[in-house]
Amino acid sequence: MFTPAAKAMAEKLGLKMGRANLEEFAATLEELAKANPNIIAVTSDSRGSGKLALFGKNLPKQLVEVGIAEQNLVGITAGLAACGKKSFGVSPGCFLTARSLEQIKNDICYSDVPAVLIGISSGVSYGALGTTHHSLHDLAVLRAINNITILVPADNFETREAICFAAKATKPVFVRFGKAAMFNLHEPETKFTVGKAIQLRDGNDVAFIATGETVVHALLATGKLAEQGLNCRVISLHSIKPLDTEVILKAGRECRAVITVEEHLVNGGLGEACASVLLQGGASKPFRIVGIPDEETVPGAQADIFRHYGISMEGLSETGLKLLK
Amino acid sequence: MRRKFDMGKIVLSDHELALKSVHLRKKTLEAIYDAGAGHTGGGLSCLDILNVLYNRILNVSPETFSSTTRDRYVQSKGHSVEALYAVLADRGFFPEADLKTICHYQSHMVGHPTRHISGIEMNTGALGHGLPICIGMALAAKMDSAAYRVFTLLGDGELAEGSNWEAGLAAAHYKLDNLTAIIDHNTLQISGHTRDVMSNEPLDEKWRAFGWAVKVVNGHDYAVLTEALSQPAEIGKPTCIIANTTKGKGVSFMENVAKWHHGVPSDAELKQALSELDAAAAKLKEVA
Repeated sequence: MFTPAAKAMAEKLGLKMGRANLEEFAATLEELAKANPNIIAVTSDSRGSGKLALFGKNLPKQLVEVGIAEQNLVGITAGLAACGKKSFGVSPGCFLTARSLEQIKNDICYSDVPAVLIGISSGVSYGALGTTHHSLHDLAVLRAINNITILVPADNFETREAICFAAKATKPVFVRFGKAAMFNLHEPETKFTVGKAIQLRDGNDVAFIATGETVVHALLATGKLAEQGLNCRVISLHSIKPLDTEVILKAGRECRAVITVEEHLVNGGLGEACASVLLQGGASKPFRIVGIPDEETVPGAQADIFRHYGISMEGLSETGLKLLK
Repeated sequence: MRRKFDMGKIVLSDHELALKSVHLRKKTLEAIYDAGAGHTGGGLSCLDILNVLYNRILNVSPETFSSTTRDRYVQSKGHSVEALYAVLADRGFFPEADLKTICHYQSHMVGHPTRHISGIEMNTGALGHGLPICIGMALAAKMDSAAYRVFTLLGDGELAEGSNWEAGLAAAHYKLDNLTAIIDHNTLQISGHTRDVMSNEPLDEKWRAFGWAVKVVNGHDYAVLTEALSQPAEIGKPTCIIANTTKGKGVSFMENVAKWHHGVPSDAELKQALSELDAAAAKLKEVA
């Protein structure tokens, strides 16, 4: 995932490597489920890939296996939620949000049940497996559906907080993350509030508004740009819906340029959401959406794909410099 | 024959149910006429099933609708909502006058079931959704050792949706004998005969092969429906009731005619339909 130079920058910035957000999710869910027998995990032959094998072993009565049947997974998750269970439907993001989209829209969002959907190995986590296994559409399609909170945690802290929020939520929630180990980005006292972004670094040259597993690359890029005398801002926008419009507008008004970064197609995701906020708020600054372009995604692992499309310390710092020219 | 059921409040004979069905058919047709839209044929085909469910089987009432132990009914063939609205109004879930607002601007009584309406458990309308939802509900009941039962009504044309068969496997896998799926087997769908659009017979053998206990019944016979729905067909298996029905049941020119799937009666057609239903009611009263 990281070049030697990026690893050196992470060390310089004092970042410590954590575990995969997927592992953090599984541990958090099991911990919560042990305290709350109403928490039910629903899997579609995905307990291994969802790191829930231990959950199933320790809490067998709280795991429902539906087999390879994602539509059924979402319907069952909705039915459980409608009857008082705190159900978590856990399935690869690529299948969960494409094959089952109608069930998400109708059975969960429209019926307004407090179900949680977990898109595991989202974005290009399954990069080398090809487009069938990429979920680069999920934020766009779910943003276009009423009544669902969309969370994209950047590190273990945000993941744990997102899952704890979801476990208490009385409305539908979608959380997506990947399976690569993540650097820890936050101080212990950091406050996590859904709908409120977290500013990781202040500065007025370039504002990087990033989400999920791309945030660390934006942070590393600001470290590199600082070596050239530029003070850049990094915002971890973990909550895609509701969106923290205030922090986006503030960045647009105070910084010389704005770059959004996401592990998603450039159509319909974080970037276009921010563009809409900035334009409607009258904050017009040099602006770039960095993500996966609207083309057949280049073959390769997640790290290869990130680097190919400039989602890296090197790529993002270069984009920042170009935008300031 | 008079029957007394668990709810304690409803005591209706088969004859009284038959009279009520005539009344509800009239209400359904008037509602569709007033709305200028609706699903006539399927509403009339499933109306006797709904009448039996809400007046004899389901442990649910306006007073108990918020109880966690109520029976759950999810209408998977959501397009037949006018018939369901008519039955719910008759049972007192909301005023009958609300039927006049179906599909109107700012009325919650939209053309498919929504939870904004008292008595509706889940929002349905897209086909192939009810059975998976009901599996979740039935699993929740089992997890809680709760005695409530879960029912869904499917259209036979709806069975072309693959999600039904995913759910068919899961219900049997989890031995959900608290789940009953009723198939409104009227053999017609919007484009014509189900056998011509996408053949799905033999339905009974298919569901048995999936591990369900199957009963094939006359979907317009109150006693037979009551018997089939009163208890799970077999311990350890979900129940599938294939209810043979007539699309457009009760109105001569609507019966078994595909165009009445979502046909809206004209003034003259409504008048004739109501006249036929009034005649049917009079005949029933004569027999009594």
